Amino acid sequence: MEILVCVKRVPDSAENEIEMNAEGNDIERDDLVFSVNEWDNYAVEEAIQIVDKVGGSVTVVTVGDDESDEVLRREMAMGAAKGILLNDDAFEGSDAKGVATILKGCVAKGNYDLVLTGAQADEGGAAVGGMLAAMLDYPYASLVNKVELGEGKLTVSREIEGGNQEMNSIDLPCVLSIQTGINEPRYVGIRGIRQVSGVEIPELSAADLGVDAATVGEAGVKAKKVDYFVPESGDGAEMLEGSDSEIIAKLIEILKANGGLQ
Amino acid sequence: MAQVFAYLVHNDGVLDDSAMELVVAAKAVGDDVTAIVTGSGIDAVADAAAQIFPKVIKVDDAALAYPNAEVVRKALVTIIPKGSVVLFANNTFAMDCAPGLSIKMDAAYVSDIIGLEADGTTLKTIRQEFGGEVNTHVDVDAADGAVVTLRPGTFAPDESKAAGGSVEAAAAGDMSAKRTFIEIVEPEAGDVDITKADLLVSIGRGIEEEDNIEIAHELAKAMGAGAEVSCSRPIVDAKWLEPSRQVGTSGCTVKPKVYMACGISGSFQHMGGIKGGFVIAINKNENAPIFQVANVGIVADILEFIPELTEALGDL
Repeated sequence: MEILVCVKRVPDSAENEIEMNAEGNDIERDDLVFSVNEWDNYAVEEAIQIVDKVGGSVTVVTVGDDESDEVLRREMAMGAAKGILLNDDAFEGSDAKGVATILKGCVAKGNYDLVLTGAQADEGGAAVGGMLAAMLDYPYASLVNKVELGEGKLTVSREIEGGNQEMNSIDLPCVLSIQTGINEPRYVGIRGIRQVSGVEIPELSAADLGVDAATVGEAGVKAKKVDYFVPESGDGAEMLEGSDSEIIAKLIEILKANGGLQ
Repeated sequence: MAQVFAYLVHNDGVLDDSAMELVVAAKAVGDDVTAIVTGSGIDAVADAAAQIFPKVIKVDDAALAYPNAEVVRKALVTIIPKGSVVLFANNTFAMDCAPGLSIKMDAAYVSDIIGLEADGTTLKTIRQEFGGEVNTHVDVDAADGAVVTLRPGTFAPDESKAAGGSVEAAAAGDMSAKRTFIEIVEPEAGDVDITKADLLVSIGRGIEEEDNIEIAHELAKAMGAGAEVSCSRPIVDAKWLEPSRQVGTSGCTVKPKVYMACGISGSFQHMGGIKGGFVIAINKNENAPIFQVANVGIVADILEFIPELTEALGDL
């Protein structure tokens, strides 16, 4: 099975404290630490496990610039055979629809049986996979936390409300958005990344992909981010302060008062 | 503003409460507001919707007995004129259906909004980023239509049920699909039932390592028979605790007397699983969103604080 996994370089939420910039209209971006979107590691791992069972190969692709190289190589070190970088000035500032339009161009140049994305990325839009599927007229399932292989089709489980699983049969080729917890993504060490450091990663432009530059990038954005702001915190929590022993004494009183201690 | 449609979900023949919020959101967008319900044998659901919306379109077809996103999308594309604004409550169905619908309608798309106003053909919306640490204003050009998913709780619901609306049946059209629903599988019962606990010691990413989970168990033990250990999603994803201990929209809904959130940032998905009780948050990040919703907050590293609290309880 030929599998394409779409990945993204994002600010690492575990490594950054998000603060507003001096102008108060955006977050401070100068010192952000970036890594691969957490969901995408699960998608790449799932793809590798499928290929281990039935053969074929995994290709990872991202829409980005030179800095996205390290993200592709990290996923290649997990076991993806190929990486593709979709890079063009015209792509800058693309929204979910723009990214899906660019990815569609990439899917059309390959012969993929299955396209995977992470269920969501840093902005929480959770939209690229569903949009890409609709553009390709492929069937789509979101929030997938189990994949079983069948003949020309898959059985997939979607994680829905209340811990329930929605089981579906889906024809190939299709697009799936992969939820965290579906597997345990393998560890990637420095040695693994070094082993793929020499592999050539082809770069494709808008012209290579047959993408009309007017439909992507900032030109194609219909939902425009105006600014960032810190939400009003409402009443907020009563903060306990003092020495550790003072805080613990207060906390024990609070636990007793609210029935948390018998 | 153009026509506004709201897609309503229902379970076991009962209209979801989100309808009462969607009608408020729809009227904030425009005056011409219509609800759409799809399913098989849904007269009662459509009538319930007509108490809330002035107009209801029902699509009653055996192929829609289960809301398969691909089939529902086909029905919506058939019914809804291009250029309309379409609202969904943000849930796992909307995540499945709405992005693709925006492509098929050639409309703008914005998801999981927590604020909505109309200004001409622009929708002025608010979204969260970075787990709620910051918000963004997002202006949506809806001149050619828009698909919008709304986070539950954004608007106060209109519970009057006095709309006295009309119900009109519409034909579904082509209902073939390349994805078919098989069944719903319910979660396996775990060895603990956190929904029955009086006190939950709930751990998140701040626990850092699997071996550290023991300190949460020790604290729960020191707190007495009514206390259990629960957790947020990353702990279950890492397989450090079983899924039956997960609190949140994709896990259990809990109502303890006291909920102690230890090293949990407080995402919307997590807080959606807490339906009552006194919330105590302990987190080393003073900007953690959990401090906005907790009753009491403590800025501390749980790996140091929890053992100290356990020891103090042992001395009582």
